[in-house]
Amino acid sequence: MDGLVLKNLGRRFGAVDAVKDFDLHIKPGEFVSLLGPSGCGKTTTLRMIAGFIDPTSGSIELDGKVLSAPSGSVPPEKRGMSMIFQSYAIWPNMTVAQNVAFGLNLRKLPSDEVKKRVGAVLETVRMSHLADRYPAELSGGQQQRVALARAVVIRPAVLLLDEPLSNLDANLREEMRFEIKRMHDEFKITSVYVTHDQGEAMVTSDRIAVMNNGRLEQIDSPYALYSRPKTRFVASFIGRTNFLSGNCGNHMIDFSGFSVPLGMLGEEVTGGGPITVSIRPQAMKLSATEAGRDKAINLEGSVKQSSFLGETWDYVFQSREGGLQFRVAAPPADVFQVGAPAWLQIDPKQIVPIAD
Amino acid sequence: MTSVSDTHAMGWSKDEPAKVRVPWRQRLQPANLLWLFLAGILAVLIIAPMWTLVVSSFTDAKTGGWTLQNYVEAYGKERHITALTNTLKMGACVVILKLMFGVPLAWACTRTDMPGRNFVRYSVFGAFIMPPYLAGVGWILLAGPNTGWINKIWHAVSGSTEPLVNIFSFGGLVLVTAIGGFFLVFVLVSSAFEMINSEMEDAANILGAGPFKTAMKVTFPLVMPAIIGAALLSFLGAIALYGVPALISIPARYPVVVIQLTEFFSFPLRIEVAAAYSIPLLLITAALLGLQKLILRRKGYVSVSGKGGERRIVKLGRWRWVLFAYCMIVVSLAVIMPLFVLLLAAFSESWTTGFSLSNLTLSNFHYVLFEHSSSQRALMGSIGLGIAAATVAITLALFIAYIVQRKLLPFSSVLAFLAVSPYVVPGIVLAIGFYAAYALPPIALYGTYMIMALAFITRFLPIAFTTSSAGVRSIHPEMEEAVRILGGGRTTALRHVVGPLLKRTLAGGWLLIFVPAAQELSTAIFLVGPTTRVVSVVLLDLSEEGELEKLAALGSVLLIIIVAVVALGMKYLGRDFMLRRS
Ligand SMILES: Nc1ncnc2c1ncn2[C@@H]1O[C@H](COP(=O)(O)OP(=O)(O)O)[C@@H](O)[C@H]1O
Ligand SMILES: [Mg+2]
Repeated sequence: MDGLVLKNLGRRFGAVDAVKDFDLHIKPGEFVSLLGPSGCGKTTTLRMIAGFIDPTSGSIELDGKVLSAPSGSVPPEKRGMSMIFQSYAIWPNMTVAQNVAFGLNLRKLPSDEVKKRVGAVLETVRMSHLADRYPAELSGGQQQRVALARAVVIRPAVLLLDEPLSNLDANLREEMRFEIKRMHDEFKITSVYVTHDQGEAMVTSDRIAVMNNGRLEQIDSPYALYSRPKTRFVASFIGRTNFLSGNCGNHMIDFSGFSVPLGMLGEEVTGGGPITVSIRPQAMKLSATEAGRDKAINLEGSVKQSSFLGETWDYVFQSREGGLQFRVAAPPADVFQVGAPAWLQIDPKQIVPIAD
Repeated sequence: MTSVSDTHAMGWSKDEPAKVRVPWRQRLQPANLLWLFLAGILAVLIIAPMWTLVVSSFTDAKTGGWTLQNYVEAYGKERHITALTNTLKMGACVVILKLMFGVPLAWACTRTDMPGRNFVRYSVFGAFIMPPYLAGVGWILLAGPNTGWINKIWHAVSGSTEPLVNIFSFGGLVLVTAIGGFFLVFVLVSSAFEMINSEMEDAANILGAGPFKTAMKVTFPLVMPAIIGAALLSFLGAIALYGVPALISIPARYPVVVIQLTEFFSFPLRIEVAAAYSIPLLLITAALLGLQKLILRRKGYVSVSGKGGERRIVKLGRWRWVLFAYCMIVVSLAVIMPLFVLLLAAFSESWTTGFSLSNLTLSNFHYVLFEHSSSQRALMGSIGLGIAAATVAITLALFIAYIVQRKLLPFSSVLAFLAVSPYVVPGIVLAIGFYAAYALPPIALYGTYMIMALAFITRFLPIAFTTSSAGVRSIHPEMEEAVRILGGGRTTALRHVVGPLLKRTLAGGWLLIFVPAAQELSTAIFLVGPTTRVVSVVLLDLSEEGELEKLAALGSVLLIIIVAVVALGMKYLGRDFMLRRS
């Protein structure tokens, strides 16, 4: 198989499974993020790909060649990958240019070729004017650019990034996200990006692998993850959501206070019994009057809380029948007072059944 | 295929997969062999001498059987017990004096606007470079009862024939011991003062405390652990010091432990008794260092280990001159006066006749450099041993520190523990251990430079390890991983990244070992042979022969060499490399 393949990958530390039964296929040129809360095994997975940690089960293959297996592994220096570290790991004893040239010199390229490629990559990250500076004389963002240049200049088979933006302040972080995205679009390097920040993952990735407790929960494009989460963990970790439990049977799902015909949902639901669904705050609309009864679900109730977040209102709506509570997002112009009566419309296509 | 690639960022203790049973031949991998090799070196340097020391204290010299007779002999005489209690008494007094010298100077130099702070700092640094026994000789020249210059001036001025001051007394012993070691108090307490963030003091000010109250209630309590630690180390340094008692306590008729030990070591040689007699020194040291650890671990004090924030300087107003005067007195007593008379004596025909142009000569230098039977060789020996001890100790320590910090081998903390353990062994006790283990046949290293080199390496291994360890710790493992992922092996990483980044730290550590090693006396005293002498021992011989001018000349030569090396180091490393660390 072409690309990077993790098969049934696992790593134990003592009695703890840091990573377990992890399957992933990353296509050549693809940008995949590993997203999950701190301690879920992202770094361990990435370092296994890099070769700094050996797996205790499963294997890692690149373009059909086994790199890692419990029986032994190719050492990091023989993998032709590169990595951007959380601490940047820019060598303080070398100038910017020397840092970037290091990997090329290890590959014994002729010196004019090294010069040309260093110059070109520094141009791309807009650091040419600082080529002779030492790292101590650079800001955090500039150091990050050097790290980026140093990693891509060798045209690695795989680029690994471990929370590369977590040490930057908020504005720079936003800027660097796009920088990373731009570099990827330019060089098309197969990339694995570790982060606990969903915004970063959404902006940069072709696909996001959401991890929890050492296991893969779901891998999908950012849009699919958001609109069609498969598990409760994914639904709550990516964006905010409302969980509703109901009962499935007789071509209907019954929630307390209302029910929805199965045919109206966005996907097919089989089987019966208890069911949980996720409804995003954006999948609903608040209005002061009862709107047309035709396709949407309409609930009567009142506004319980409101907070203004700048780009949206965040309301808590409580239905009169069943007393269900929903978080609802509304555009800034839709102003409701707390306590005011209101109607809630839910788009049934955006009701997503999830596994608990 | 590799199995040692499994390094990880700092902070995780267990990085081993589930335990599996391994056939023992498989355990003989290079990594494990390396562990055994390092452990073997440390066993030779530390375990064997210490083990032999303890065992021989229970061994009958004639039959080789088990006995308590050595202890009976060591502690059976009242004189021997007196020496022990005298030592403790002297140690306590020295501690008080060292604190009186070191703490105010540290405060003045770090937290006040006293004039001449840098001058004081450099002078204190001079006290570190000057070996205690040379300061001792300087004070004999100054305050010997009949011929000391202070007394001569006193006789001339007052017409009295009684000495004004007598260095050959308990007070003299305490003073000279204290000036030889208050450097350490200064360094430890200074760095504690530098750690205190002024915001803590501001907080007290805001709540209504004046400057004096703030100092008493906030500032000093915060540096208290450093002061206590410095006091303990001062005590240990004082009771184990050999040079100063050798010069002063015999004429002062004030027997102390180290002198008693040399008596066991002179004819008839009774190593077993010496071993038994040195055990309390070892136990006291271990106990006090344990106590220090306990004190420093108490939670209330962690604030001092925080990083230094902005520090405000106390404006002393008129008092700054009072403090300055006090600092000048201390510095004069410790460095300026003894150094001055020492240099003067080195250039004098006869120090008793006082200063005059006709008394000036270079013959003392000519004598010690070209005529004296062993001083040339001793100079080479001291410098050579200093270089060898510093180089080997730093190299070995770097190896161990790297392995320990990067968790490359299992059980590496055992290596770390061994590397710092000589810290609890006073130099003179270490020498007895080395003598007992290696001097006599079958190993028969007596009379070689080898045995001294080994002992010196052991003695300074803890400093070397602490320095290297801090250096390695300051290099983020990702720095090396960045090399490896780009295609370089571990050696490439060591050569291009770790090495260059550690250069300064290691050179600083090297100097911190070279300076005391080139002057070392306590460890050398029982290990020198007829043809293997070091300067410190030759200086003591000269003092016994009463050749104080020649002694001063040889001491000056040693000082000049050390100062030259240190000056080179400062040029390369920046001025503050020694004052910075603890
Ligand atoms: N070297 C190690 N020794 C012991 N436990 C470890 C080690 N490395 C990681 N772990 C544990 O494995 C789990 C996953 O860690 P990590 O991969 O660093 O998480 P993440 O990067 O997602 O925050 C954590 O519980 C962590 O404590
Ligand atoms: Mg991590």
